[in-house]
Formats: sequence, structure tokens, C-alpha cells
Amino acid sequence: MVINDVINHTPENLSITEKTAKIDATGMYYKDLNSLLRSLDANGIENIEIHNVYGQRYIGTDLDNHINIDIYGTPGNDLGSFMKGTNITVHGNAQDGCGNTMDHGKIVVHGRAGDLVGHSMRGGKIFIRDDAGYRVGIHMKEYLGKRPSIVIGGTAQDFLGEYMAGGVLVVLGLNMKEKVHNARFVGTGMHGGTMYIRGDVRHLGEEVAVAELNDDDYNILGSLVDEFCSYYGLDAEKILQSKFNKIFPVSSRPYGNLYAY
Amino acid sequence: MKSYVQPEYLIERDNDRCIRCKVCVNQCSYETHYYDEEDDVLCSRNENCVNCQRCATFCPTQAIAIRKNPNTYRPNANWTQEVLTGIKKQAETGGVVLTGMGCDKPNLTYWDRLLINASQVTNPSIDPLREPMELRTYIGSKPDSLKLTTSKTGDITLETKLAPQLRLETPIMFSAMSYGSVSLNVHKSLARAASEYGTYYNTGEGGLEKSLYKYGKNVIVQVASGRFGVHPDYLDAGAAVEIKIGQGAKPGIGGHLPGEKVSAEISKTRMIPMGTDALSPAPQHDIYSIEDLRQLIYALKEATDYTKPVFVKIAAVHNAAAIASGIVRAGADAVVLDGVRGGTGAAPRITRDNVGIPIEMALAAVDQRLRDEGIRNKASVIAAGGIKSSADVLKAIALGADACYIATAALVSLGCTVCQKCYTGKCPWGIATTDLWLTKRINPDIGVKRLVGLLRGWSLEIMEMMGGMGINAIESVRGNRLVLRGVGLTDKELEVLGVRMVGE
Repeated sequence: MVINDVINHTPENLSITEKTAKIDATGMYYKDLNSLLRSLDANGIENIEIHNVYGQRYIGTDLDNHINIDIYGTPGNDLGSFMKGTNITVHGNAQDGCGNTMDHGKIVVHGRAGDLVGHSMRGGKIFIRDDAGYRVGIHMKEYLGKRPSIVIGGTAQDFLGEYMAGGVLVVLGLNMKEKVHNARFVGTGMHGGTMYIRGDVRHLGEEVAVAELNDDDYNILGSLVDEFCSYYGLDAEKILQSKFNKIFPVSSRPYGNLYAY
Repeated sequence: MKSYVQPEYLIERDNDRCIRCKVCVNQCSYETHYYDEEDDVLCSRNENCVNCQRCATFCPTQAIAIRKNPNTYRPNANWTQEVLTGIKKQAETGGVVLTGMGCDKPNLTYWDRLLINASQVTNPSIDPLREPMELRTYIGSKPDSLKLTTSKTGDITLETKLAPQLRLETPIMFSAMSYGSVSLNVHKSLARAASEYGTYYNTGEGGLEKSLYKYGKNVIVQVASGRFGVHPDYLDAGAAVEIKIGQGAKPGIGGHLPGEKVSAEISKTRMIPMGTDALSPAPQHDIYSIEDLRQLIYALKEATDYTKPVFVKIAAVHNAAAIASGIVRAGADAVVLDGVRGGTGAAPRITRDNVGIPIEMALAAVDQRLRDEGIRNKASVIAAGGIKSSADVLKAIALGADACYIATAALVSLGCTVCQKCYTGKCPWGIATTDLWLTKRINPDIGVKRLVGLLRGWSLEIMEMMGGMGINAIESVRGNRLVLRGVGLTDKELEVLGVRMVGE
């Protein structure tokens, strides 16, 4: 679909000025919205603002160029799934499966997120200002230069980092009154990657251990917290002064001795 | 601890025939054979032998015979050798008894109790050697109706927009076997054979090796719970995407490629560090319902811009028909059913032999259910799990399948002898291994010929049987259960299969 067709078909909810497009997504079906995003992306648009987003799924999936998308409202499930390098900013809350199997790019949420943030993510970064749901970072993995990271400003629910096979997961607990994260089974099945948790965790999975951070850890954590704070106008230094726990897998082969040969 | 398990096989070597060439020593990856220099004689460690027949096949003088250890326990229909040995192994290790390949028990197959019809007198049979015979079929969602327009000049144009389809020149595809469970040379052979014959090969859950991207239009890329090797280029490379929910050999449980098999090459394609376990969780954690499945189906359709069919593969289980109906309604373009006899690189033996249902029953039930609900056209049905001959393929199509997936048969054509030891990673035939010394034993140039030979042979046989029935297009066999009759089956079994008794 060439851009003129798009404009002709949806003149009332699309406006374009140079490299920036503005979409009013009121009442738009997700398939039509994503198809519009694809054609804008293919036609050299670099910045897209989508207003009145109300549950449309898969925003940011299958866009080829590294464009910026600003979402106003509540995007639906699987925001940025399989994403290749788009930068998404959500001015609102995200739902489930944000960054599902994401490959590259960035998602910044000015609000909360649902379950499965960064499910099987293999690259890119996700920042959530407030809390996130269950199974954040499940099965995220890394390979060579590709190291995904997730930073949650608030707290997260049970099975945080389940099956985690690589990458970095940071939970800051900035909005908590007590310094204990309520999540249970944190790191169950974890066999790669690292979690940095500000404050203590109520219940850990069997496959992980807790350690103090070393200088390398502080370098990784510091740069992620700096970036996090830059999006939300927070003081990184103050956050980093608190005690962090490093959670790491005790083995890269947690289930090596289950079998009779 | 002294093991009470006796060797399963004994190696008998005819020393008069043996020329001390040591081929057996070099061929066996289990270190069964060794050369005793002092006595100038070859000897065996019987306990290591898995009876894969590699040494016997390559012995230039046929000096080796492998036979079952005659020292069996006292015969007992309940406490069989397998049961006793399994218990002893478990007592000694405290682990789960692993196995490879499909279920080896005799009582779970129906193919051999179904018989195909042929024309006599009242309907002429067709000679496939002289008359056109079509095996071509298309996998994908079909429309409820077709809208055609005729121009003034008489040209007919199809107005209905068709869903993406895969074109198969024969109704046989190569089923999912991951790179890691089998070697790169096996993948190369499968990819090239599929490409040469006009069918498809499935990557399994281990990614697609870079050098195979060029065969993409004959590749089905799989997305399973571990999401190994799944990234945008991979999804773009394939002709179709398959969501793996389950596998017939191990319904309901996850996969587990042990760290020692995650070599440098495997790690590159799976995109995980070397030596770490590759764990595929039992469920896909973003799918807890049919609605969630729909979400992933459409995530993949979005990721591929609606240009590729999306398959959903399940293990054949008790409620397969209802589940398949949900899968079709969730928007899948094809439902893959993998029966209880389906193969595997590694599974707990207890699961392999006790969980799931035979493909014949599941297939018949699913086809009937989708017809009853008026949604059979919305998705293709692919049968897998224990298809061991062209007759099985034809019977499956008559029971309602659009096409079949084969895997064990494909490996057998490459040399596999179904010794069921795939999980050791030491396959002496160079198939189920990532050891570079062993993988060289599959030469893709020869592998392609063997696989194409199998596809051609089965296709010719299917045409012969179709010709015999007086049917000249595979589409006319699909779901045509009148061409089948059952033998040695109960009324209830015949009812589920939707097939009449022989003589009826």
C-alpha cells in the first residue's frame, strides 16, 4: 500500500508533517492500525504519534526501520512482539506480553505493565516506570552481543525471571513502603543471566542464589538505572545508594541429573 | 555400585573372516570394539552395544553378528525383560528412564487393520504410468465460497482473496526435528530434498542454520515454548510458521537439549551460550487458553504481514477433536496432529509409551468434528506420528488428512536403524548427534538422493493404489472413508474411525 492510498482511505485520522505522522486510533481495528504503521514505516516516516489507543494489539511488530512511536492511551497485548528495532514510548499503561520474543529496540512505559513483560526476549530494552505483573522476563536469553535488559521501577509478581537463560533484569521497588518484594518463586528454573533487585525478595526459586554486587555488576546496573532515570526524571545516584541483591543461577544445567541412561 | 543390568546384546565375531581392519573400532561411537595388539584380535565390550548395526554394515567381510543376549530373565508376560531392566536401572541411578524414537509397543497401531479398496468391473481402474495422476495438494485455509467473474472475452477471474497456501507436489512433508537433536547435515539433506521434490521440511525448535535460509520457500519454521532461534529474519525466511504446542512422543511435557549437546554451532543457531541447557518449558507461557493461542497466531501473522500460513501442532490426546475445533476457530491455517507413536530425540519412556492416543483415532475424530461444525475448510489437517509407509499416508488422507508429516521414515532412509538411543547424542550413523566427527557420516549429497528416492518411491506407490481405486487426484481421496474398510476392529473402533467392516 503506498502512502497516498493510506491517506486517501483514512484522511480524517492521519496527519503527516515531514517525517512525523499523527494517528487518531479511535475505533481503529488493530490490523488496520498495524497495516498503516507498516506503510508509514516503509515510506520513510521517522516519528509516529498514536493517540486514543485503546487495546490495539501487536503495535510495533514487523516494522523494518528504527522509527519512534509514541503511544497515548493503553496499547493492547503483545506490544512490540517480535520487534526488530522500533523505539516505543507508552504514555499510559501496557498490558500483557509487552516485548514478547522481542529481538531489538526499546519500550519505555510511563505507567504499569501486565504479565509476561519481555517473554523470551533476546535483545533490546524495556523500561516500566511502575509495577509489572507475573512472570516478568520469563525465558529471556542472550547470545554474544545480544543481551536484553528489563528495568521495573516498582515491583513485580511471582515467577519473576522464570527459566531465565540470559540478559539482565532489574527491579527497583521505588514505590514500595516495605523493602521486601512480595513475589514468590523468583528465578525458578533460572539457568543464565542476572537479576538485580533493590530490597529483599520474599521467596526464591530453588535454582538461584543471592550475592552482593561486585564492580562489574555495579557498572551494568548503574548504566541501566541511569537510563531508566533519564526517562522518568528520577535521581539515579540516590537509587543506587540503596542495597541491591544480585540473584544468579547456581547452574547453567539445572536439570542435568534427572535421567537414567 | 555393581550394576545388575546385563548387556542387551552380544557381539559374535568370526575370527576367520575378520581381517583386523578395525573398521568396527572406528565406526562404533560407543567404544564397543577394541583391538588387542598382543593377541592380534578384535574384542568387544558387549555392555556398550546398542545394536545399531553400524559395525556390521561396514564390516567388509561380514565377520560381525550381533544377537540378543540369550541370558533373559525367566519369561513372564507381566514382568518382562524391559520392565525388570528399567527398574534395576532406576534403582541404580534414581532417574527417569529415557528413550528415543517412537513407541515400540505393538498394540497402538490401527493402520494395519485398515484396508484400501480397488476397482473391479463396475468402475475402471486407472494406469498411473499412462494416465495423469495428481498428487499435488495445497495446505492452508480455504474460503467458504469462490467468487468468479467472466469477462466479455470469456476469461475467468477469481475475485475471492485466498489465504496463503503451501503447494505440495506430494502429500508428504518432513516433520519437525530440531537442529541439535539431529545434525546440520541431516537438516541440509532434508532442506534440499524438500526443495528438489516440491515439498517442505520443518526446522523444529532449534532455529534455521544460516546456510539453509536459501531453501526458505520449502521450509516451515517452528515456534515452540523455548523460542530458540526465533527472530524476525527466521520468521521471514520460512514459507510457513508452526506453533508447537505438543509432540506425540511426549504430550504435555517440555523439551530439554542437554548442555553437552549445545556446541558452538548449535549455540549460534539457537542463540544461546554454549554448554547451557536448552530448556523448552512444557507450556508456552503466553498460551493458557484458546484465546491466548489466537493471540500468538495473530502475533505471528502480524510479524509476517499475513503472507504465511500459521500451523498449530498438538499431540493427539483424549480431547483432540474439541481442541482442534478451538485451534481452527483461533485462526490457524493448519492443525497438525501428532499421534502416540510419534518419534522423539529424547523422552521419558513412561510418557512415550503411555500418554496420548493413536493418530488414526485422533485424525478421524478431528476431521469429523470439523465437518460437523462446518469449519473443515478453514484449516488443513496434517497427520503425523508413526507413518511408516505410503499406504499409511493414503489411509491417513482417506481418514481426513490433507497431508502427512514423516520423520522417522526420513531418518531411516538416511541410515537410521531405530536403535532408540538418540538421547545419548552419540549416534553412530551421524544423525542424532552434534559431534563433528560423527556428523560427517551423513553426506548431504547422498542424503538428498536417499530422501528424494523415498519420496518418489512412496509417491509412485500412492499413485498405484489410487489408480487401483479408479481415483486420479489425491483431493478425491481426502476424507473419502468409503475407500477404507476395517478388519479385526470393534464396532466402537469402527464408529470412531468412521469406517465400515470388511465385507460390509
